[in-house]
Amino acid sequence: MTYITKPRLHHPTLKQNALGFTRRDYEGKVSTLCAGCGHDSISAALIQAFWELDIEPHRVAKLSGIGCSSKTPDYFLGTSHGFNTVHGRMPSVLTGANLANGDLIYIGVSGDGDSASIGLGQFAHVMRRGVNMAYILENNGVYGLTKGQFSATADLGSRSKRGVENTDSAVDTVGLALLMGASYVARGFSGDKEQLVPILKAAIAHPGAAFVDVISPCVAFNNHTGSTKSYDYVREHNEAVSRLDFWPSRESITVSYEAGGVIEVPQHDGSVLKLRKLDGSYDPTDRVEAINATTRAAAKGEVLTGLLYVDPSAEDLHAHLSTVETPFNRLGEKELCPGSAMLHKINASLR
Amino acid sequence: MKRIEAVNDFVIKFANVNGSGSASANELFAKSFLRMGIPVSPRNIFPSNIQGLPTWYEVRVTEAGWLGRRGGVDLMVAMNPQTWDQDVREIDPGGYLFYDDTKPLPKSKFRDDIHVVGMPLTEITNATFTDSRERQLFKNIVYIGALAALLDIEPGVIAELIGEQYKGKEKLLKPNLNAFQMGYHYAEEKLKDTVGLKAKRAYGVGDQIFIDGNSAAGLGMVYGGATVCAWYPITPSSSLAEAFQRYCARLRVDKDSGRNRHAIVQAEDELASIGIVVGAGWNGARAFTATSGPGISLMTEFIGLAYFAEIPVTIVDVQRGGPSTGMPTRTQQSDILACAYASHGDTKHVLLFPEDPYECFEHAAAALDLADRLQTPVFVMTDLDIGMNQRLTKPFTWDDARRYDRGKVMTAEQLEAGKEFGRYLDVDGDGIPYRTYPGTHPTKGSFFTRGTTRDRYARYSEEGSVYVDNVQRLLHKFETAKALVPQPVLHECGKKTRFGAIYYGSTSPAMAEAIKALEAAGIALDTLRLRAFPFSEAVTDFIAEHDQVFVVEQNRDAQLRTMLLSELNADPAKLMPVLHFDGTPITARFIAAEISERVQILNVSPIKKGKAA
Repeated sequence: MTYITKPRLHHPTLKQNALGFTRRDYEGKVSTLCAGCGHDSISAALIQAFWELDIEPHRVAKLSGIGCSSKTPDYFLGTSHGFNTVHGRMPSVLTGANLANGDLIYIGVSGDGDSASIGLGQFAHVMRRGVNMAYILENNGVYGLTKGQFSATADLGSRSKRGVENTDSAVDTVGLALLMGASYVARGFSGDKEQLVPILKAAIAHPGAAFVDVISPCVAFNNHTGSTKSYDYVREHNEAVSRLDFWPSRESITVSYEAGGVIEVPQHDGSVLKLRKLDGSYDPTDRVEAINATTRAAAKGEVLTGLLYVDPSAEDLHAHLSTVETPFNRLGEKELCPGSAMLHKINASLR
Repeated sequence: MKRIEAVNDFVIKFANVNGSGSASANELFAKSFLRMGIPVSPRNIFPSNIQGLPTWYEVRVTEAGWLGRRGGVDLMVAMNPQTWDQDVREIDPGGYLFYDDTKPLPKSKFRDDIHVVGMPLTEITNATFTDSRERQLFKNIVYIGALAALLDIEPGVIAELIGEQYKGKEKLLKPNLNAFQMGYHYAEEKLKDTVGLKAKRAYGVGDQIFIDGNSAAGLGMVYGGATVCAWYPITPSSSLAEAFQRYCARLRVDKDSGRNRHAIVQAEDELASIGIVVGAGWNGARAFTATSGPGISLMTEFIGLAYFAEIPVTIVDVQRGGPSTGMPTRTQQSDILACAYASHGDTKHVLLFPEDPYECFEHAAAALDLADRLQTPVFVMTDLDIGMNQRLTKPFTWDDARRYDRGKVMTAEQLEAGKEFGRYLDVDGDGIPYRTYPGTHPTKGSFFTRGTTRDRYARYSEEGSVYVDNVQRLLHKFETAKALVPQPVLHECGKKTRFGAIYYGSTSPAMAEAIKALEAAGIALDTLRLRAFPFSEAVTDFIAEHDQVFVVEQNRDAQLRTMLLSELNADPAKLMPVLHFDGTPITARFIAAEISERVQILNVSPIKKGKAA
């Protein structure tokens, strides 16, 4: 098996964004995932989000681990650099890449096996460090590439395709991200693109560790009765806390909302999150409330979706480490080497 | 009774309790010789413990400048009752035992072939200081004072060193000077001529500097242009990352903005450390990690990825005794094989073998260049003996005309001009392809990096021929590395000889001294000091030119010898292992004894063929 080339011929009437790019310019290679896979919908949502944000594709770096989800960066933003790393260790590679050049936009794509099992440690620590990224967990509760074993996000009591009941507690990735210090936490559903695209846009623009858990049904191994990650189950139990709109800047807000139930969360980079609340009491800037609400919902078997938490004053790892503005990969001898005169002084101090 | 008499050539060993404040006092003692122009070679022998367990500090005073461990002890400063019997046993006959005789010890606790020098250290410090911690700390300075008097160390030199150490801390300066004087005067009055070991001003130090290998490597990383350091604390490498941090704070801060031209991340484990380094290397920053054997074991999956996906990575392995947790505070050269072939599948990695702090500095900077040039992991294989002991070494040098070799990086201009880009395409015939940094060009030069097989244009492929093409190129690239790595250093004895010896890394100082000893015993030996893997032609030639080659190493399994056999197809009968692996640094006495014994056996003339025995 090699790769399949996608035709580059564009229809002349395709809509262009502010950069003159059509959505096709944000596509990648043809997906090799199963027909109907939730992950392909997430790739499509990412294409839409980047296109709408008017981001030049080559200014994005896509990093992933191993698994079905981690293959997807090859299927969107074909003119971006991508890095399919090792299983469960994408967060550290993304951290290093980000340190080398903070000017690019970093997308981390992972799955539930990648993030909640083998990579649980790195998942937690990348959130603690506040690495500026959009971390997208394509969560289907199952190992797809190895044909249907439970993953660590499979709910207690849910059944595999072969009818085996899962007796282990599920890892709550949203709860963990909240506890570990992620400054933007949301959950989406691959079957609801309208909700997902603004969530992704805001995550991409968020200047800190943004985590988006996307329930993404596996049509081959986890879309049956008894699964809590199937299209049917998620549609039935989806409780959205809000409908989100993302505005790159305050000036560009043109749509007016009905008063009441809408809150604006200005971010310190000038962008604005506009939330139409579906649950009247939900305050997405309150981390403790977010932890309580997701835990309560999980206990009832509901899947809470939408923007769950955002810290409008978030900072990232570069700020914590107080690094210079110029990306490290552009610094040369002049900026980095202290020179021979200094070395003589150092030698003298060692006698 | 015999009395060891020596000037500027003896070994003093301090037996202390960890955490008692002896380390800085003992270092002061070692430095006082340097200030008198007499080379010393000190070594810490310490436990994996913070407080309470035995620790030793061995100072070899050597006007000849031999920096290896000599073996044997001429004067034992026995300050630890726990290890008393062992310490007393270790003294060479005719040597000296210096101890605290505040409490009398039974005669059975001594030996009658050594000279015993007692001094009531506890009594003296208790009479002067009231605080128990002060009593403990100043007791160390009191015995340094006494030793200065016994050994003729110039008191002015020690006073000067104490002055430098407590500059701006007057409160500490005075009591330290007092304690020193107290010990000095006591020994001058009451212990005159009890020790036959003497220091005499000399001119053996020259312009050499005194520094540990970890600090030197940390500084080398600063000079070599590393901007990202990710690490996880592990003995004996932690002080390397900490030294990098210290030097960066001083040398790598933008004066105008006050912001850092470096990023140091103490990661959650070694997997994350190497992951961060791989990510930074992929994105064009010079990055390194420092670790030891157990860390290498954890990193191997990523090392394989960096090898296969061709990402520059620099790893310093400060080796300790293995396997497993092994001997965390003892030295060995036992990670050679684990690093050379780290990770599953067919892999080979570049290794550098620095011999001392000077080369730790040099090789650190060289490794960053090599990693970029070869787009592959490069290991700097130092060890605890070099890394954690201060050593006299050549002063560091840097040529301001030197430019960092960033390797083959295709720029936006080159892509725009239509230069063909294939991430794994060998355009120059050296096996090294071009790479691009992410974000270089809007439409050209992007590629997908992966650990799976791919074709010359980085497109996923599992076709056999495509796979073979790629891994053969990697082998060709490794061939290219041979000429780029630091070349071996040949030392010819000046006579025609059948015997040669190959060695590397921290074995150097002991080897240099062993050669002299062997020469005095009439054994002529050519030597080749390896400084890198892959092995260059010079190594093959050296083996070919000698009938017997001793391969001197500090591990049980003759790891380098194994590599010489498999990589160069050398004759196993020709390569004789000389192995030292008890965790202490190899000594000249050991090497000379091992080699001379074998030479004697080899030199026995065989019975002539055809004659009856």
